[in-house]
Amino acid sequence: MPTPRVLVLRSPGTNCDEETAYAFEVAGGAPQRLHINQLLESPDQLSQFQVLCIPGGFSYGDDIAAGRILGNQIRYHLRDWVSQFVEAQKLVLGVCNGFQVLLKTGLLVADGSEGEPRATLAWNRSGKYQDLWVELKVTNDNCVFLAGLDSLYLPVAHAEGRFVARDEATFDVLEQAGQLPLRYAAGGRTDLREVLPVPHNPNGAMGNVAGVCDPSGRVFGLMPHPERYIHPTQHPHWTRLKTAGKLPEVGDGLALFQNAVRYFA
Amino acid sequence: MLWEIDIYPADNQHDLDAARVAEEAADLHLVSGLQVRTGRGYLVQGDLDQQAVLRIAGQLLADGVVERTVVAPVGHGVLTDPPGPEFKHLVYVLPKPGVMDPVALSALRAIHDLGLAADEVRTFRKYWFADLDHETLERLAGRILANDAIEQCVFGPLELGSLSLGSKYEFKLETVKLAGRSDDELLRISREGQLSLSLAEMKTIQAYYEKLGRDPTDVELETIAQTWSEHCSHKTLKGRIRYRDENGERQFENMLKETIFAATVKVRQDLGERDWCVSVFEDNAGIVRFDDKYNVVFKVETHNHPSAIEPYGGANTGLGGVIRDSLGTGLGARPICNTDVFCFAPPDFPPEELPRGVLHPRRVMRGVVAGVRDYGNRMGIPTVNGAIFFDRRYLGNPLVFCGNVGLIPRDKSHKEPKPGDLIVVVGGRTGKDGLHGATFSSVELTHESETVSGGAVQIGNAITEKMVVDVILQARDRGLFNAITDCGAGGLSSAVGEMGEKIGAEVHLERVPLKYAGLSYTEIWISEAQERMVLAVPPEKWEEFSALCRSESVEATVIGTFVPTGKLNLLYENYPVGELEMSFLHDGRPGVVREATYLPPPVTEQPLPDKYSWDYTPELLSILGSLNVCSKEWVIRQYDHEVQGGSVVKPLVGINNDGPSDAAVVRPVLGSNKAVVIACGMNPCYGDYDPYHMAAGAIDEAVRNCVAVGADPSRIAILDNFCWGNTERPEQLGSLVRAALGCHDTAIALGTPFISGKDSLNNEFRPEDGGDPIAIPPSLLISAIGQMDDAMQAVTMDLKQAGNFLYQLGWTRDEMGGSQFAITQSLPGGQVPRVDAQLARRIFEALHRAITAGYVVSCHDLSEGGLAAAAAESAFAGGLGARLFLAQVPHQIELDPESKEELAQLSESWSGDPLHPLCACPQATSILLFSESHSRFLCEVPEQHASAFEALFADLPCGLIGEVIEEPRLQVVGIPRPMKDDAGAPTEVSAPLVIDAELATLKEAWQAPLRWD
Repeated sequence: MPTPRVLVLRSPGTNCDEETAYAFEVAGGAPQRLHINQLLESPDQLSQFQVLCIPGGFSYGDDIAAGRILGNQIRYHLRDWVSQFVEAQKLVLGVCNGFQVLLKTGLLVADGSEGEPRATLAWNRSGKYQDLWVELKVTNDNCVFLAGLDSLYLPVAHAEGRFVARDEATFDVLEQAGQLPLRYAAGGRTDLREVLPVPHNPNGAMGNVAGVCDPSGRVFGLMPHPERYIHPTQHPHWTRLKTAGKLPEVGDGLALFQNAVRYFA
Repeated sequence: MLWEIDIYPADNQHDLDAARVAEEAADLHLVSGLQVRTGRGYLVQGDLDQQAVLRIAGQLLADGVVERTVVAPVGHGVLTDPPGPEFKHLVYVLPKPGVMDPVALSALRAIHDLGLAADEVRTFRKYWFADLDHETLERLAGRILANDAIEQCVFGPLELGSLSLGSKYEFKLETVKLAGRSDDELLRISREGQLSLSLAEMKTIQAYYEKLGRDPTDVELETIAQTWSEHCSHKTLKGRIRYRDENGERQFENMLKETIFAATVKVRQDLGERDWCVSVFEDNAGIVRFDDKYNVVFKVETHNHPSAIEPYGGANTGLGGVIRDSLGTGLGARPICNTDVFCFAPPDFPPEELPRGVLHPRRVMRGVVAGVRDYGNRMGIPTVNGAIFFDRRYLGNPLVFCGNVGLIPRDKSHKEPKPGDLIVVVGGRTGKDGLHGATFSSVELTHESETVSGGAVQIGNAITEKMVVDVILQARDRGLFNAITDCGAGGLSSAVGEMGEKIGAEVHLERVPLKYAGLSYTEIWISEAQERMVLAVPPEKWEEFSALCRSESVEATVIGTFVPTGKLNLLYENYPVGELEMSFLHDGRPGVVREATYLPPPVTEQPLPDKYSWDYTPELLSILGSLNVCSKEWVIRQYDHEVQGGSVVKPLVGINNDGPSDAAVVRPVLGSNKAVVIACGMNPCYGDYDPYHMAAGAIDEAVRNCVAVGADPSRIAILDNFCWGNTERPEQLGSLVRAALGCHDTAIALGTPFISGKDSLNNEFRPEDGGDPIAIPPSLLISAIGQMDDAMQAVTMDLKQAGNFLYQLGWTRDEMGGSQFAITQSLPGGQVPRVDAQLARRIFEALHRAITAGYVVSCHDLSEGGLAAAAAESAFAGGLGARLFLAQVPHQIELDPESKEELAQLSESWSGDPLHPLCACPQATSILLFSESHSRFLCEVPEQHASAFEALFADLPCGLIGEVIEEPRLQVVGIPRPMKDDAGAPTEVSAPLVIDAELATLKEAWQAPLRWD
């Protein structure tokens, strides 16, 4: 199997780059961490990679709004390069802050006819940062990263993760296009409309949306952190699983990275 | 042109900030049912037309999906259109000029990135209120909307011409005339200059300059004051102390050296070749060995006084500072996790009784938590462990302890600046922020502190520090510098002064990059602006170092050279402004001599309940629901405790991820199962009884917490943080020395070396009415760092499976003094828990063998609330019940003569099996349930491992006290006792159920108190 090269993009305030690169490595990819300054200097470097990953953190401190400044840098300086990258059947993943960045670039959900954003990640309904584990349900098979997956248990850690579409009609369009493939769930079930209560839906996201992809399914952003559940001891009650003889060898999150690598097989 | 961009939540969105303001106004009894609307916004100055500003608003500042904007030149009428007819009053809140405004800085750069030319940006918040009288409005503004230390309120429309800041600085050399000054005048100079120098110190300085035949310049005097400050030199605890207690008198030449350091020296001697300490009490943090490749560093700092004045900024920069301690240790450690411990007055303190100049504890707590949250989360460092203590005496003096653990390659653990190295400052720019922090933290707070000391408060910018960490670690690995230290208290003055102590240094102050013009050379030298590091870079490496910093947009500037003169030479635009001998600066301070006395309060009898048959469930519920025991989930969940991917045992564990874990376990190296274990021990309630036993207990608690999750007891290192009242009073210093003696004895007995520490003295609040100062209770925090070879062996505290056996390890004694039972039941007196450290060590070692053998499936330490609280927590965390039998608890409760006699009588007339001796002691029930004797654990062991487990504790206190049950209840059976018939003759033995409660009830009591929004 060929080893896809993964660009893990750093910026001031990125802080999940090392463990995200490690997750790609464990999955069989060849990750390289690169600072946005270097990419802005020579964007043609992008063509050497098969996967672009924007990891979690607080790019530029999340000053103004989460992901806004890095999102604008990509939108106004790298847009053509990234679009070409996507058109070349390559993959883009944004985790947490990376999801916020991707959404702000317009790559994930295209802008409206007047150039207006059609969806956003707003402040959590609780008004505060929360670190907790959530159940997730995969609701369609459109997204490359979620191929073959049905449900996942992963941590979220964010303050601005509430998915909001401009209006109900926009939400319907995105849903019908298969762009809302990952939802928060409770007891193995999700609801495609009714907002589940905290802690199941940790931020009050519309339609319990936890992850969004582009129509092709190759550009994907999600609020939960798959790179934080690679090793069995990262599970919040792994000691219980161990006692019960049910400790898995790897965490649920690894599958997303493996899917990305397998896509190039 | 100055533009204002207002951003409001869109009509279909919740106004979250409004909800918060209304809630806090109600909490503080200011006004209920407050009608308020909020917005945020930006002032943008520059040659910009309306179209450009609309573009800035639309493409950068506002979110078009959930927000609406109003854009106009400042002062335009449209900006004062209320969001509804009922909203009549408008308040703007802006950072004061010069206060760090990170969002504005980022916004300015991002506007440039859009290709637009703005000169300045400032952020603000905007509040609209319905009918309110002006007095209430001002109170709201002062207590909730803004903090006067850093922010200003503008009532009504904003009228502002320009945002320009700073003014031209005209150089003028200032000297301070000391020659011929009287004692009174010297003291006045010290006080008015906020130098915090004593008379003896001022006279030493006076004599030194008399010999030189000149007066000091202002910057020289400031440098001496910073270097000699309590904060930087720890002169009290390292000074001579005459200590007296009930055992007689003892003279210390250097108290810390003879207690804390001495313990470490002894432990290391005992270890001999197995010594695993690398660097203790010499660098910014202590260093111990970890694995073949890495050492770990650990430091805990306090940031109390700034947090009292501005809780958010104080906690924020407290954490930022301790992270820089790790980064400034050796050649730079990578920060891997944070800890934080806070002490507050109870959040339900009556707002009406709040003294002037004191922030309400609820506001302090919210601010401190937010400050730690925002800095730690942004730095990408998991906050994995902590604690919160509540006591009314922390009202004017909250305590904020911030700790950081770092990982450092073994060959990068030592630094040495070389003559000729360039002095390089890296990171944030220098401004007027934080002037006099080092000397300020050495004085008592008064009601005026808020106004006079506002300059000592700083706001951090975590991203600047994160960027610094990113480049420093790369530069370290490329070998681009010889030494590094952080700019903390005392700013460049302390950092350069310390690093150049053995060499000498020449600094050109005008080269230091400034946030704005107008700083004098002295202000540049002592500013405590955040996020700065000082490095010694060899000239031949400068180019590579500089290029590396530039590539990640980090500012690095050469400000001077380490020159082998033995002197500190300061210049401003080539004009000499200061020349000090390093030897005078570092060794010239006259020794501090202090008196210390300790008079142990008499142990008084404690009126424990003497009813034999008694349902203790209500008592247990009130302990679980007390602030010091209850769940801190509201705080913990706001911290990212999983970033970096090393989390093994999280702060919250159990089937629903909400049980209180004893310690954190973290795997710092991806791909390796070697782990660090972080825990703490602290109990100020015991200090009122005897600080010696408080200290011993804090160490025992920190160590047993580590051991409970699986740490190897022979590889645990500890830190001390002493926070005390005014130690110029002999009884305050006496209780501190007493605690240090407890530290000494216990650390040696347990074999746990102290590797670093810090003290914060003068934690007293002087009320406005001239009443007695309120000193905090003696507050010693012990932080422990343990290690595990295999993280897969970690154990959590939640019960795992019905049918498993439950054991208590360690003796329960009649030690109810200062216990949560005594506090919640208002029972004064009693004996404070004491540590039998020899026994403790054997229990810890045996337990560790049991854990590594895989016999133990859950383990919880017994601390506040004793066995009953620990069993309740383990049960509801695991979602399984437990049935315990007090008769099986290992104890050393002695019968008083009366009980002995009763026992003799009962036994005489009883023909059945021998009676349990405690059946004649009705007080025993509450002791067995709630005593807080140290070195105890509750362990869950599957039946098949029971005999192997018991064998490990053959000659140690270990009792099989019960079992895990399926039914979600906690049931505790009391001591069996013969019932008597009407004639007084014993009939049959019966054991009462002394606790019987549903887990849901227990858990609700524990979770309710701090379940804040």
